[in-house]
Amino acid sequence: MLAYIARRIVYVIPIVISVALVCFLLVHITPGDPLVAVLPADASQELAAQLRAAYGFDRPLPVQFGLWLLRALHGDLGNSIATGRPVLAEVMRAVSNTVTLAIAAAIIGFTMGILLGLIAGYFRETWIDKVATSFAIAGVSVPHYWLGMVLVIIFSVQLNWLPAVGAGPNGSNSWAWDWAHLKYLVLPAITTSVIPMGIVTRTVRALTGDILSQDFVEALRAKGLHETGVFRHVIKNAAPTALAVMGLQLGYMLGGSILIETVFSWPGSGFLLNSAIFQRDLPLLQGTILILALFFVFLNLLVDIAQAAIDPRIKRG
Amino acid sequence: MSELPLSATSDAALQAAPATKARGYWATVGRRIMRDKVSMACALVLLLIFLSAILAPWLGLEDPYKGSMIRRLRHIGTVGYPLGTDELGRDMLARLIYGGRLSLLIGILPVILAFCIGTSLGLVAGYVGGKLNTAIMRTIDVFYAFPSVLLAIAISGALGAGILNSIVSLTVVFVPQITRVAESVTTGVRNMDFVEAARASGAGAFTIMRVHILGNVLGAIFVYATSLISVSMILAAGLSFLGLGTKPPEPEWGLMLNTLRTAIYVNPWVAALPGAMIFAVSICFNLLSDGLRSAMDIRN
Repeated sequence: MLAYIARRIVYVIPIVISVALVCFLLVHITPGDPLVAVLPADASQELAAQLRAAYGFDRPLPVQFGLWLLRALHGDLGNSIATGRPVLAEVMRAVSNTVTLAIAAAIIGFTMGILLGLIAGYFRETWIDKVATSFAIAGVSVPHYWLGMVLVIIFSVQLNWLPAVGAGPNGSNSWAWDWAHLKYLVLPAITTSVIPMGIVTRTVRALTGDILSQDFVEALRAKGLHETGVFRHVIKNAAPTALAVMGLQLGYMLGGSILIETVFSWPGSGFLLNSAIFQRDLPLLQGTILILALFFVFLNLLVDIAQAAIDPRIKRG
Repeated sequence: MSELPLSATSDAALQAAPATKARGYWATVGRRIMRDKVSMACALVLLLIFLSAILAPWLGLEDPYKGSMIRRLRHIGTVGYPLGTDELGRDMLARLIYGGRLSLLIGILPVILAFCIGTSLGLVAGYVGGKLNTAIMRTIDVFYAFPSVLLAIAISGALGAGILNSIVSLTVVFVPQITRVAESVTTGVRNMDFVEAARASGAGAFTIMRVHILGNVLGAIFVYATSLISVSMILAAGLSFLGLGTKPPEPEWGLMLNTLRTAIYVNPWVAALPGAMIFAVSICFNLLSDGLRSAMDIRN
């Protein structure tokens, strides 16, 4: 197991470096001068050159990348152009709000997905299966930012039960586990959960169906095992694949939260990304994407290891 | 995930073998999908949306750009404005139909582009193998390290707002996914006897790829690509929704949803209409893709 973990970590290193390279290059595919946001419109050539040297934009690209990577390894992602504060601190604060949202959504989406998937797979080709499958298809096809709007229309505008935007009373930015804050989490979490719900349902349904049609299930039933016992075998066999899919979905929720956070003004990493894009705050944009992508890579690594831990066949592969 | 396409292609290979056949593989698939009611209903809805978008100028609709301050945010069912009016008093029905032109274009074009690029890359990587395969597939892996929404927004955000930029960014998101599928089905086909026979009879690499492999892998890649259209529609409209796609006053579903967002307290259901269009197109493509996939799986 340790050897497997070590091998996986070694595989991850080139990926991490390439991810950093992509994030670094993002700023350089940006049209226009990266200094445009900091420079006053009437700045002299001299001042521009001075600033360019201060930010290191006058060096050759590979040197810039090397220096940037070295600083990033020390946790220095530069300062936000808009606020002047360190990027890393800004991103981490926002990410914690996104993690709250993603975990809440994962609890809803994965529970629903596993249940619907198991039921649909067990009662294949019946009306129960059709209902569950329709739910799943709707979940993966719905533009979630629109679903968010519709939920706001129903529960905030028409019924006035839940707040429409924000993450806490009086525009509070910090999260707390009380009802006053939880009320703000309900709609964004449900909205975020529909895609993972749909995908997990489809995966678990297919897995359950496949496993139930295998010969060993026949054998289990023939030896007189109770249906709940058979079910335990189904769950055990479906777990590794289902776990991998759920891990990936959790990563998508963390990294792809920008649309939902924009709809609900949820002060997370996606919201930060949105303001970075529109204020042309390139260090912040770069830093946010880098941190989110690294989270995703790290999560994939964890899933691989967890999968190997519950399914010994993987280690040999 | 790749098991299904693989079995579909090997079936295709088997079907292609006899010189005289009662009915070709694609004819069988076509016949099977014609009998599938859900697929046909979806195809009909999509056909209607496509035709109305293409024929919009000849349908006798209101001018989708002409607003009026005195008739802003009319409700659904108002006489003369069956679907109400938007925040600038423009006819919603006309804007939704005209909106289809841009929304469908920016939603579907990236998948078509990625289908062409990804199939070529995957075919070459899978057939040539060796170092070239490693080079192509490891580069692809880098893009897999980003969640697709994040990647689309990162590229689009860095390039700046615009239709062309959002098409480029979505193409970049889908190329790796299609390349992976294309590579895996190509690797499955390349060691088959008929490819070996073609090679033994002196056919060049390009000829083998074009004549012997492409025909056997294209179906599987195509089905996979159709399943991406729904995601692409949602993402493309999402980019516009964020303000990264097209600019006002252009009618586009994602952008309309954005500008109408402030109107949800005044006229909520009119504000939700553009999203319903995205949903309809997306779910129809998903169901149609599922239908196509099971129609191609000849075994059952």
